[in-house]
Amino acid sequence: MSSFLTYLISGLSLGSIYAIIALGYTMVYGIAKMLNFAHGDFIMVGCYIIFTVSGALSGNSIVGIIVAIVLCTLLGITTEFVAYRPLRGAASPLAVLITAIGVSYFLENLALLIFGADIKSFTSVIKWEGLTFADGNLRIQGVTIVTIVVSLVVLLVLQLFIKKTKQGQAMLAVAEDKGAATLMGINVNNTIMLTFAIGSALAAIAGALLCSAYPSLSPYTGAMPGIKAFVAAVLGGIGSIPGAMIGGLLLGIVEILSKTYISSQLSDAIVFGILVVVLLVKPTGILGKKIQEKV
Amino acid sequence: MEPLLEVKDLSVYYGVIQAIKGISFHVDKGEVVALIGANGAGKTTTLHTLSGLINANKGDILYKGQNLTKIPNHKIVSLGMAQVPEGRRVFAEMTVLQNLKMGAFTRSDKAEMDETLKMIYKRFPRLEERKNQLAGTLSGGEQQMLAMGRALMSHPDIILMDEPSMGLSPIFVNEIFQIIQDVNKDGVTVLLVEQNAKKALSIANRAYVLETGSIVKEGPASELLNDESIKKAYLGE
Repeated sequence: MSSFLTYLISGLSLGSIYAIIALGYTMVYGIAKMLNFAHGDFIMVGCYIIFTVSGALSGNSIVGIIVAIVLCTLLGITTEFVAYRPLRGAASPLAVLITAIGVSYFLENLALLIFGADIKSFTSVIKWEGLTFADGNLRIQGVTIVTIVVSLVVLLVLQLFIKKTKQGQAMLAVAEDKGAATLMGINVNNTIMLTFAIGSALAAIAGALLCSAYPSLSPYTGAMPGIKAFVAAVLGGIGSIPGAMIGGLLLGIVEILSKTYISSQLSDAIVFGILVVVLLVKPTGILGKKIQEKV
Repeated sequence: MEPLLEVKDLSVYYGVIQAIKGISFHVDKGEVVALIGANGAGKTTTLHTLSGLINANKGDILYKGQNLTKIPNHKIVSLGMAQVPEGRRVFAEMTVLQNLKMGAFTRSDKAEMDETLKMIYKRFPRLEERKNQLAGTLSGGEQQMLAMGRALMSHPDIILMDEPSMGLSPIFVNEIFQIIQDVNKDGVTVLLVEQNAKKALSIANRAYVLETGSIVKEGPASELLNDESIKKAYLGE
């Protein structure tokens, strides 16, 4: 029983990381109506920044995390401005999608060029050992607890930001109707840029947590978690913030439990299989809204 | 006196198709000016261009001495020009109150905003009753009131209204036109785009008739109401 609990908790922890990444995906989709397939690679960039800065400062990971958040935010803003904004209003929405894939390859190969292909061993940014319950039968690692707490805090702050601030409300307005938002005097471009900034900052946070839990770093570190987080966002209902959270947690739990009890080779197949089934039953995802027909 | 809004030789293209073919018109302070015409005449395109949702290819839009074609579109509201768009376009997933607050996005003085909100609730009691309801759950007429209230929240000098009567029951149509007159009496200039030409001409001071992107007729609304060709084409007489 306690081993099941351990697996469940590590599933929650992995799911929390997916959730934080999925939040970035879903916000950008909801507001800019585009899938930023380079989002996963922002995680990798964040990890390399932490790796480099912490290494240079002999293990001071707090500074590394802060630098990573700042630089990833700038990277998100720059990418949006240079690569995506010029294509907004392009004849085909595929243009920006393909560009996003291009940005993804660009970042991966840039990392390959700078850091090489060999896998770097990442030192966890969380030094805390964790907690032990039930006379030592149930041990929860510090990184697991921190991950879950951080994701809850992120969700809460994000919800408060959107519900309570003017900029947050502007995001909702832009998500619903860019033209009407412009008529309100909202600067749509800046609002989209802000969304990218937030999403990219979240990617840096997710990177710190991911590489602390799974301490190996390569130029492709972000690719698979990125795709899984995308699945999580779709599963929860793309565009929905609580949906991204639920989808992420669910995916993490399913992945860990199927790795443990079914087969570690099959776990990814099961994860993507669930996506297929959910989309067959409820195409808009768990919390997704029905797309209203325009009258 | 210089007009509040003056459009000079405005041309708008969609790709290679010229939707607006060099039109000129003006709106004086305090007026209700109607822009009437059939479907596809370019009425909505004209209003979208005024608010900067579409870029003008040629011509000038002079408003309070500024050329709006040279101003970023999100800055137009704070100059005192608001629009009630066609199809209302309220934010369906936000509450009535949140929608109204969006209308005041460019304003920062909270006390003044509350004052405006009170006035809007007085004019539209139904919006106050439903302030915590999602805008998407309102009826068409209520959404139209919300769209008007939202535009008024910016405290505009001129309000552009695009087909406010579209899709509404006759009772609501009368109510909406009454409200337009009331708003105008309170000092807001109105540029009204309507397919319901009879109604529009009955409350307007002056009107322009738009046909496939060109202004084909203009004059005092009362004259146009009695114009034989207008009667035939737009008033169904």
